[in-house]
Parts: sequence; structure tokens; C-alpha cells
Amino acid sequence: MDSVVNMDATFPWLSAMVLVAVLGAVVVWALPAGLRRHVRVVALGASLVNVGLLVGAVATFDTGAAGTHQHYEQLSWIPQIGASYALGVDGLGLLLVGLGVILVPLVILAAWREQRDDVERLRHYLGLTLLTAAFMVLIFAARDVFLFYVVFEAMLIPVYFMIGGFGGSQRRGAAVKFLLFSLAGGLVMLVAVIALFLSGPGGSEGFLTANLTGLPLSETTERLLFAGFFIAFAIKAPMFPVHTWLPDAAQQAPAGTSTLLVGVLDKVGTFGMLTLCLPLFPAASHWAAPFVIILAVVSILYGALLALGQEDLMRMIAYTSVSHFGFIVLGIFAFSQTSVAGASFYMFNHGLSTGLLFLVAGMVIARHPSRSQRIADYGGLQRVVPVIAGVFLVAGLSALSLPGLSTFVSEIMVLIGSYEAMPAAAIVAATGVILAALYILMTYQRMFTGPVRGELTTGPDMVAREKWVVVPLIVLLLVLGFYPRPALDLVEAPAFAGVRLVEGSAS
Amino acid sequence: MTPAFIEPVVDWFYLVPLLVVLGAGVVGVLIEAFVPDRVRRDVQLWLALAALAGGLVAVVLQWDDINGAIADQSVVQVLGGSLVLTPATLLIQGALLVIATLALIVIADRSSGNDAFAPTAAAIPGSDYEEIARRRGLVQTEVFPLFLFSVGGMLLFPAAGDLLTMFIALEVLSFPLYVLSGMARHRRLLSQEASLKYFLLGAFSSALFLFGMALVYGFAGTLELRFIANAIITGTGLEGMDMVLVTGLVLMIAGLLFKVGAVPFHQWTPDVYAGAPTPITGFMAACTKMAAFGAVLRVVYWTVPFTGKEIFDAFTAGMWTIAIATMVLGSVVAVVQHDIKRVLAYSSIAHAGFILVGVTALSYEAIPATIFYLGAYGLATVGAFAIVHLVRETSTVHGDDALILGEATHLSQWAGLARRSPWLAGAFTLFLLSFAGIPLTAGFIGKFTVFSAAVAAGDWPLALVGVLASAVAVFFYVRIVVLMYFVAPADEAAARTTTDTPAVDATDGSAPEHWDTPEAGVGLRLATAPARAAAGVQVLRGGAGIRVVVALCALGTIALGVFPGPVLDLVAEATKFIP
Repeated sequence: MDSVVNMDATFPWLSAMVLVAVLGAVVVWALPAGLRRHVRVVALGASLVNVGLLVGAVATFDTGAAGTHQHYEQLSWIPQIGASYALGVDGLGLLLVGLGVILVPLVILAAWREQRDDVERLRHYLGLTLLTAAFMVLIFAARDVFLFYVVFEAMLIPVYFMIGGFGGSQRRGAAVKFLLFSLAGGLVMLVAVIALFLSGPGGSEGFLTANLTGLPLSETTERLLFAGFFIAFAIKAPMFPVHTWLPDAAQQAPAGTSTLLVGVLDKVGTFGMLTLCLPLFPAASHWAAPFVIILAVVSILYGALLALGQEDLMRMIAYTSVSHFGFIVLGIFAFSQTSVAGASFYMFNHGLSTGLLFLVAGMVIARHPSRSQRIADYGGLQRVVPVIAGVFLVAGLSALSLPGLSTFVSEIMVLIGSYEAMPAAAIVAATGVILAALYILMTYQRMFTGPVRGELTTGPDMVAREKWVVVPLIVLLLVLGFYPRPALDLVEAPAFAGVRLVEGSAS
Repeated sequence: MTPAFIEPVVDWFYLVPLLVVLGAGVVGVLIEAFVPDRVRRDVQLWLALAALAGGLVAVVLQWDDINGAIADQSVVQVLGGSLVLTPATLLIQGALLVIATLALIVIADRSSGNDAFAPTAAAIPGSDYEEIARRRGLVQTEVFPLFLFSVGGMLLFPAAGDLLTMFIALEVLSFPLYVLSGMARHRRLLSQEASLKYFLLGAFSSALFLFGMALVYGFAGTLELRFIANAIITGTGLEGMDMVLVTGLVLMIAGLLFKVGAVPFHQWTPDVYAGAPTPITGFMAACTKMAAFGAVLRVVYWTVPFTGKEIFDAFTAGMWTIAIATMVLGSVVAVVQHDIKRVLAYSSIAHAGFILVGVTALSYEAIPATIFYLGAYGLATVGAFAIVHLVRETSTVHGDDALILGEATHLSQWAGLARRSPWLAGAFTLFLLSFAGIPLTAGFIGKFTVFSAAVAAGDWPLALVGVLASAVAVFFYVRIVVLMYFVAPADEAAARTTTDTPAVDATDGSAPEHWDTPEAGVGLRLATAPARAAAGVQVLRGGAGIRVVVALCALGTIALGVFPGPVLDLVAEATKFIP
């Protein structure tokens, strides 16, 4: 078990973050009418407190033992059914908790001017954002399968309202589609969760992940359970062929929601594959790997090709993500140390990169008189809003994994690592990189170069608030691009542990 | 055998809950005769509340005794075995009394200025006599004694130790419900149709039960469940006539499944739920289901486990079929409903299926799971119907002089409810989420424990069908949430003439209170017809009572969802012995 002695081991960093976010949401909703114009400050304040707590959590995290779960907290929750409130993060968990905590204030800042005439709606949006933030910490830190499942399902509700309540004209359908896809996957997982518990030691702590790891399952049982979990995660990730909810959701949702949805929440899928499927069902993971890798490669190419053909900017970004998630899954199921570590790092980088892309796309769209999302409605923006154009280009380049940006590091790791294990898959996947250059650069060319479209001739360039939104992300992308070691230190140990488990079961 | 007279031993202490509730019902009938008009309603209401509270106290006081008896490996038998009290019985009775109290407050609600009941239910709908009664402001306070008789029957139902008592309990709980269903103030003909339908099908199911009972008696030579169990175990029943036992059991269980609304015995449910006065629907849905499942548990657990493998397997197969059909049909048909009460009716059918999954598991883990599920469902149901009761049609779109009519049950009338009254919409959403089994609500823990028991008993395909049916069910629950939150209110939408919102077909401005009386009798179809005459929709603010009920149901749903530990402990402790 996790036995890391830590100076601040007694301070519950993770629970503190959850608590702050929940309290923030409660305050945002409970503010009396007279004070409601301050909701933005409250929400931003709460999210910044969490950034502070994150700094504390990172500072007290023992990187040397990144493979173990630290900041561990455990309380008895529903002992009658074996459920505990158990939180703890290894290096990967910490990185993803960090991703969520970093993105939330940026999303709040990006929404600063939205709904400015309707504080009532803004209040709901911010409250839901903070509630989602709390769930994001919980899900990446959950060390109890029941808790993980509960959060997995419960967090759909605020996200559902965020998609359905704010955004484009078809948002209702998109929200329902999102919810039904996710719930269908989740409910199948529920049966697997129950069956897993019944195969385990049981008792009042029977759902602890540690107690369910390394169970002597029969081959069939293990494969069925693996399938139950994997389907839910594949829908969440999203992978071909169960990805269809994502483009709709991203197209209809406001940029901030898409940022959290694609940047952080979808990582739950790949995070689940890595931290639940692999350690709990190593042999079944090994067994299913060829099939999963085929799906991953299809996702890479299919997502990239569809991104090329999109007319809607937000849909385009969503399809690029389908492609990128393909890379992550490929890296995980290639089971080489480099590829799994690369996939873990990829999850973090993709959050930064896609988040930046969604947010800056939102800024571009906000400057269109009719808020069009059609790529064809833009042209020559480079001359009108040069700074935004520059940031969009940086975001785009990070999406196509330009060397010097952190996304390059993780993508190359995935490709090299999976080449060791499965050369064919890696070679086919590499064509996705070329397609990525195409869809990003073509989009940039169509929107930002050429003659300026008439209705776009004026418009403020990036204002100070928006710069605050993008600068942290660009800095992170650049710094980790040139010096990825700190992040790699966090993800390598857990990745190696996962690979060892699978190899152990295979031999 | 000496025909000596044996003096019956009556252990009054154990009869107190029943006597208090049924006695109060009898007193209520006398009140009708002797108490003046002005105060009659208040007296009846307080008497009923006091009776339920008294019954609850008595049940709590018996708890230690009954538990102690179980610890001594014996069961408390009252009236020579007519009543068999186990901790599980007491728990069901306690939960029944709590939920019945909440339902009673909704029944007594007068937020619209009127009762939910017809001024004189005996009058022909639309007749002059009825009109006069309404103008004079008559109130039908017989509702309260009828309610108490029904609750009394429900208390007796899961406690019955012999089949005759169980049959009497079945009738005592059902008859008042038949009458209450026909007493709706608005849409009188639909209500009377519901009443008649409920009565006829109910009588049919009683007959099935009775016939099954006779066959079982033929097999075992006794009506007492423990002796029947004994006859099965020792094989002292009718020799070579196992089929008599099987047929009898099947018929009895079919009669009971009628009451819970399981497929294929569910046809009455949507019509009766839609036609009955909404507060009665809430009461019926929550409490009848609980009492009837209590009885199902008793019959099943006292007989089936002792049967031979062949019968046992046949029983399991039959229950599998019924549970699957019930879950699937309830969930799928609910998707195409346009009337909120019918949606909830089909949802209740689906829930009956989920609960049957627990019953079918036939294990010690399954009993507490089933009882927990019933409680969670009951809380959300009473709360949800209380809210349905508050959403009303009005005769004109705006203005304070608008007449408040019946419930606005067509789904399109629920559009934009969240903007009119965010708290009620929030509570209703919570109840729907609980029905859907979303984590952090009581419904989730209920589903989780029931499906756990099923998987543990090897019924994992049943659990899989259950979760898939849940996924379908989520679709129609979410559709209501979408309507409440993301669709503009119908009148507002009509004013803005937008195209993307389905506006209510609100043409006829004038709306008499009995707008549907001339045509309503033509059939069930009208129950789903869109509202035509009513112009507007108004969400009543609701009196203090009903608001407290909604708040309590909502809090209970959250509490049982987030910290179910103590209740799970209680239920587990109560079900160490078979129910």
C-alpha cells in the first residue's frame, strides 16, 4: 500500500480542493440579489484558491515516488456496501487534477463578458462550472471504484446543464445526446462494477481500488468485466465508433464548456483505461489490445479526415480531438514503457492544447457580428486582430505537435513507443500527423489570411483579460516543450508500473 | 380431537398500530355524521394525522420486542397466527406510515383554493346537482376515513400470517382506493372511468388471488403460511399433486402482481394513475406498491425456497420473464407518452420491474435491497406527484382573475417550468434523477443494491437488462428536464412566435371547469390528448404543508443517496429473518 511519509501528509489537499469548489458553487448560487454582480469575482476567487492548493499539493508531492498514491485520504462512507471515500494521486493523477484546476479559472475568465446582460444565467453557468471542477478533482483522485463510478455518473448532470443551458440553437439535442451516450456506457459499467466487487474480498472496504487489484479472476469473467469498463471509457474518450456525441456537444456548447469537456472530462476515459482497466484486468487488457489498437488507429485517421472536411470551427476542433484521443489510446495499449508514459503526458498536453484552441476560437467567434462558427464566414483576420491570429496559430501548431511545444514530446513518445510494439500501427498512425498539419494550416489559411471579409474589418484585438486566459497555457506548452522532464518524472513511474502488470500477466 | 372451546389469546399490544389507524377510520365515519360542516374537514385531517403518528409510535415501540423474539429464534404471532410480525414487517409498516403521512398532507392540500376532490362525488358529472354543490362549496370529507381504511389494509397486508387475512387486507386496502380514484374534482369522467377500471380489474385480481388460495389450501390443508411451508418441506401436502400447489402459487402471485402493476397485469396502471386525483395517485403509487411488495415478499419467501428444484426453477424462470417484460415495457412505452401522469405511471411499471429483480434474487441480500428500493421510490413518487398537483391550467393566460383548473398534465405545458418556479423544477428534476438512478440520489443506491443482489445471486443478465432499461428510462426523464429548463414556456413562445419551441395549441380562451366532460367518456385516448381549452399554465405557490412535503421528499432523496449508511444498517438488521 501507499506508505509515503510526507511532511504535509496530514493536510487533505485533494479534499480541500473539492471543498473549495463546492463552497464556491454554493456561494455563487446563494448570493443575495444585491450582490449578484460579484459572482464572477467569487467564482474566479474560488478557482484561484484551488490553484494555490494545487501548488501546495505539487510542492508536497514526492516525485521520487510518483508511482505510489500520495496525499492519501480515506474515510468510511457506506461501509454496508463496501464503499469508502478514498482519495489519492500518483504522478498521473496529480497531473490531471492539475490540468483541471488550471483550466477552470481560465474558463471563468473567458466567460467574463458572456451573458453580461443576464447575471442570472451567468450565475448558473459559473455555479455549474465550479461544481464540475469539484467533480474533476474527485474523479482523478478517486481510489475507490464505487466513488469513481458515482462521480463518473454524477458529473454528467452539471455538464449536461452546461451544454443544454448555454450555447447554440441546437444545444438541447446535443446535451441529450451527450447524456444518453455517457449514461448508456456508465450503466453497463455499473454491472461490471458490481460483479467486480463480488469477485473481490468484499467487506466494508471492498471497493478500494487497492483491494480489487490483482484478483484471481477467471479468464471469461475478466474479459467481460474489462469490456464493461472499456465500453464506458471508449464512449467517454471518445473513440470511433462511439464518438458521435462529441462533435455535436462541442459545436453547440460555449467555448469554456468545450474546453472543460474535451480538455479535461474526456480524459476520464483514457485515464480510466490506464488506471482501472490495466491494473484491474491486465490479462484481458493484453488480450483486447490488438482490437483496441485497430480502433485507436481508425480513430486517428477518421477523426483527422473528418476534421479536414468540417465547415464548423468547433466541430473541426472536436474531430481533431477524436484523432488525438486515438493517439492516447494507441499509446496506452501498445504497452511499451515509452508509449504509455507518452500517452499519459499526451493527456495533459492535449488538455492545454485543445483548451487553448477552443478558448481562442471562442474569442474569434465572439468578434463575428452574428457569432458565426462557420469557417467560411471568416477571412483575413490576421490583419484585423493580429494577436488573436498569432495565438490561434500557436494553438494550432500545438495541436499538430510542432517541435518545441510540449505536444510534440508526447506524440513522438507515443509513436516511438508503439513502433517498438506494433510497427504497423505506428506507421499508419503517423500519417495522422500529416493530416493534422493539413487541417490546422488549412483552417488558419482560410480564416486568417487572404482578403478581409467586409463585416470583420473592425474589432478589438485581444484585450488584457483574454491575454490572461491564453498566456498561462502558452507558457506551459512552451516550457514543457523545451523542458518536459518535470512532467515526465510524474508520469513515468505510474506508466512503468502499469506496463509491468500487463507484461506480468502475459508471461 | 376434542371440540373444546379454546379461548382466543389476543395480544393487544401488537395490534395497536392497526387498531389506531382503522379505529380512527371508524371514528372518521362517525365524525361525518355528527360534527358540523365548518370544522369537519379540520377535525378529519387532524384525526388522520394523529392516527398515522400514533401508529408510527406504536410500531417503533414494538421494534425491540419483535427483534428480541427473532433473537430467540421465534416469531411473534398474533391472533393465533393470523398476524406474523417480523422486523421486516415492522420496517415496511413504519415506512408506509411515514410515506402515508406525507401523502396525506398532499391529499389535504388546498393551494388552488379547493380540494382535489369533487364536491359531491356521487353527482353525475356536469349535472345541475353537481353545479349547485360546487357553488355551495361542499366538501367531501369522507376522503379521510377512506384514506385511513386503505392505510389500515396496507399495514395488515405485509403482516398477514395466513392467506385469509392477507386476502382481507387486500380488499380493505383496495376498496377505498377504488372510491378515491373516482373523486377527482376536475375531469370527472376520466376519473370515474379510472375508478371503474380499477375496480373491475382489481376485482379480477382478487378473484385470482382467492382461487389461488383455494388451490393452495387444497394442497396443504391449511391457510397459514407457516403450515403451508411445513407441508412443502415435509411433503405432507396432497400427494403427487405438486401442480395444485404450483398453480395456486402462480395465481396468488399473479393477483399480487396486479397490485404492483407488473406486466402483463399492468394495463390498469396508466389509466388509473392519470384519471385519479393526483394526490391519490401519489399515495397509491408509493404506498400500494410498498404494501403489495411486502406481501409478495412474504408469500414468496415463505413458500418458494422450500419447494423442490423443479418448481423452484419454474418459479425463477417465470419471475425472470415477468421482471424483464415489466422493465422493458415500462421503460419503452413511457418514451412515447405525452402526459406527465402517464409518464410517471409507466415509470412506476418499470420500477415494479426493477423491484421484481430484487424479489427474484431470493437471497438474504435481496430483501433489504428491495425494501430500500421501495422506500426510495416512495419518497420520490410522493414528491413528484405533489409537484404535478401544483402545476395547473388556468382559464386565461394572464391576470389574477384567471380560474385555476385541473392539473396541466400535458408535457408541453411543462415547458419553461424552471423559469416560473426554479425551486419546484429543481425538486422535480431531483425526483426524476432518483427515478433514473443517477448517483447521489436515493434511487441510485436502491438500484445499486438491488442489482448487486441480483448479480450475487447469479442473475447478472437480469441486472444487465435492468441497466439497459434504465438507460432507456433516462431518455424520457431527461426529456422532461429539457422541457422544464431549456424550452421557453408555451405562452411566451407563442407570443414570440418562435419556430423551435412546440407551442401549446391554446385556441379556446374560455375554459369551463369541466371542459372535458362531454367527450371524456369516449375512451382512454383523451387521457393523452393535448390540453385544448385551457389557456394558460400556472404553478401554484403551494401551501406550507405541501411545500414541506416536497422539501422533505427532496432532502430524503438526497440524504438516502449520499449517506445511506444508517438506513442500510437498519434495513439489514430488520431483514436478518425472512420477511
